[in-house]
Amino acid sequence: MKWWHFALIVSLLVAVLSPLASSSPDGLEKVAENKGFLGMAHNALFQVIADYVFPGIKNEAVATILAGLLGTLVIFGVVYGLSWLIKSRRAEHTD
Amino acid sequence: MHIPDGFLNVATIATTYAVSAGNVSYAVKEANKKLKEKHVPLMGVMAAFIFAAQMLNFPIIGGTSGHLIGAAIAAILLGPWASVLIMSCVLIAQCLIFQDGGLLALGANIFNMGIVASFSAYYIYRLAISVFGENRKGRLIGGFTGAWVSVVLASIACSIELAVSGASPMAVVLPAMAGIHALIGIGEGLITGAALSLVLATRADLWQLQKV
Repeated sequence: MKWWHFALIVSLLVAVLSPLASSSPDGLEKVAENKGFLGMAHNALFQVIADYVFPGIKNEAVATILAGLLGTLVIFGVVYGLSWLIKSRRAEHTD
Repeated sequence: MHIPDGFLNVATIATTYAVSAGNVSYAVKEANKKLKEKHVPLMGVMAAFIFAAQMLNFPIIGGTSGHLIGAAIAAILLGPWASVLIMSCVLIAQCLIFQDGGLLALGANIFNMGIVASFSAYYIYRLAISVFGENRKGRLIGGFTGAWVSVVLASIACSIELAVSGASPMAVVLPAMAGIHALIGIGEGLITGAALSLVLATRADLWQLQKV
């Protein structure tokens, strides 16, 4: 197993822990609430997996874990692919 | 600290989009020069870890939570330009797939949590290792401090955008944001220190700092 396989598994395990996250508002949301501008926020124009809850699943913990795992894998794939595309093509033989 | 749509005015949206787009395209050029094949998996797992860790909000005082930004870990391990790329990808995915952060506010979110956080963490880290030496102690002090500063400065950048947009007066929003994020930053510092310490203990050779 390569080191980055291990690191990806650790990231997926972190995503599995996501239902344990605090559901309190974050710093910005709390400040917006306290200072009276939270109401200015618009809803998103479209919703895919809004609020990290996979749609159509009754158990919220399971829906959150699924959203987390999917997001982690998608981000890994996108950044891996993008980095591969834009990486230096020079002096590859020197590595 | 993901800004939703509705908080920022058109001028702020346009300015932050322009600045972030310019920086991201420069980051792509830098990666095109410096990123080697062996860095590719590290870029991928760094982004995956940051995304997953950002989901884990930790409680702080007064019914408020905070979560990792992650720019400090990425900037210290891979350099600020690679970190800008990673953070931009994470923020774009959070915006498009998870509706975390508004589409119009994406430029501002990339500016605050991508650019401001990555460069502040990087320079504070460099300052720490020039004072304490490039050893375990210097790296961990730099990691903790850089991470803390990155969160506080990102929150100040966010406050300025909110104030300029007329969401809330500067004298109100800036102290409130900086104050709460001074606490959230301790969490960022501890997670960053733990992550760097783990990398040092297991694969110190992965420390691929790209000096600016």
